[in-house]
Amino acid sequence: MSSNEWPLWEVFIRSKQGLSHKHVGSLRAADAENAINNARDVYTRRSEGISIWVVESKLVAASDPKEADSLFDPADTKIYRHPTFYDVPDGIMHM
Amino acid sequence: MKDINIEEKEREFQAKIDANIKIEPNDWMPAEYRKTLIRQISQHAHSEIVGMLPEGNWITRAPNLRRKAVLLAKVQDEAGHGLYLYSAAETLGSDREASIDDMHAGIAKYSSIFNYPTLSWADMGMVGWLVDGAAISNQVPLCRCSYGPYARAMVRVCKEESFHQRQGFEISSTLANGTPEQKAMAQESFNRWWWPALMMFGPTDATSKHSALSMQWKIKRVSNDELRQQFVNVTVPQATLIGLTIPDPDLKWNEEKQGYDFGTINWEEFNQVVQGNGPCNKERLDARRKAKENGLWVREAATAHAEKRKAKKMAS
Repeated sequence: MSSNEWPLWEVFIRSKQGLSHKHVGSLRAADAENAINNARDVYTRRSEGISIWVVESKLVAASDPKEADSLFDPADTKIYRHPTFYDVPDGIMHM
Repeated sequence: MKDINIEEKEREFQAKIDANIKIEPNDWMPAEYRKTLIRQISQHAHSEIVGMLPEGNWITRAPNLRRKAVLLAKVQDEAGHGLYLYSAAETLGSDREASIDDMHAGIAKYSSIFNYPTLSWADMGMVGWLVDGAAISNQVPLCRCSYGPYARAMVRVCKEESFHQRQGFEISSTLANGTPEQKAMAQESFNRWWWPALMMFGPTDATSKHSALSMQWKIKRVSNDELRQQFVNVTVPQATLIGLTIPDPDLKWNEEKQGYDFGTINWEEFNQVVQGNGPCNKERLDARRKAKENGLWVREAATAHAEKRKAKKMAS
């Protein structure tokens, strides 16, 4: 029985023009069109969105949490990428 | 004997929990944490789905169009809540269909409250006000649960449940302020739902077998007894305001604890219903099994349609 289960889809919703699509959850559906229709019913019953993206879950490539340190730690030492790193004399405005 | 590696990982895991860092699907987690969450989230999902039945019972007999539209929207929300939760459970590797089959086989549980019948229209009021009210008390702390996907699903659920509770209270208050017959109907219904609603918080802290570890892992954030007390404290004044009497001779305000003392819950009844001997256990499971069987052709047709569409696209 389980082998007949519909594939899993990740659902992304744009809440309004000007904002990007945001992941809201997942659902099962026979195909993409079916997934969009189901997402409409499951995730936008209260006007939460004006646009829906669906992506089959198995197609999502993700970084490995175990590698998070080696991937993201290097950014921690580069504090000069932030404006607060720099000294600005008192009295300087609009910078 | 656990190897050192696992112990180290468990320590790191607990440190994350203690620092209120959420756990996400691909993060390492103890097998027991995963198992506990799968059990809890899928039970929760089953409860939402079975929870549609007692109210679905009244959709065609709602007293007017406004009530009917509201009840339909509410029942549809419950289906949605079930779906958010099944997908949260799937992030832990739970098989959705297998878990539904476990429920149908009586292996997996759902909330016992739905094994009580909805005998009058007033029950639609009480289910929304008391049952959803108790569910909200349980679910609000779950929005801060340590597992990210569950916590996020709960945020959505809680937002939607507050309409459910209000519509239930509106039905109850309208009846309680109506004709003597309507008021009697509301009181009779209140009498039947009050104690089962208090049972929704589960066994007392002294006897709850899953609590300690769940608290340590911040899956559960407030104890059963504390949540029950909070619910009694907020609900008694609501009932009093609309002129309903709490069916508990031992209920009285306790100035010292700034809360109500209340009578002893009938745990024998609770255990009987959990074990499958409640008034509607069989009926609910039969209805769910039948729904799955009767819906099979729809799922098959959708699959066939999708395949046809795919073939057409490939050909063009």
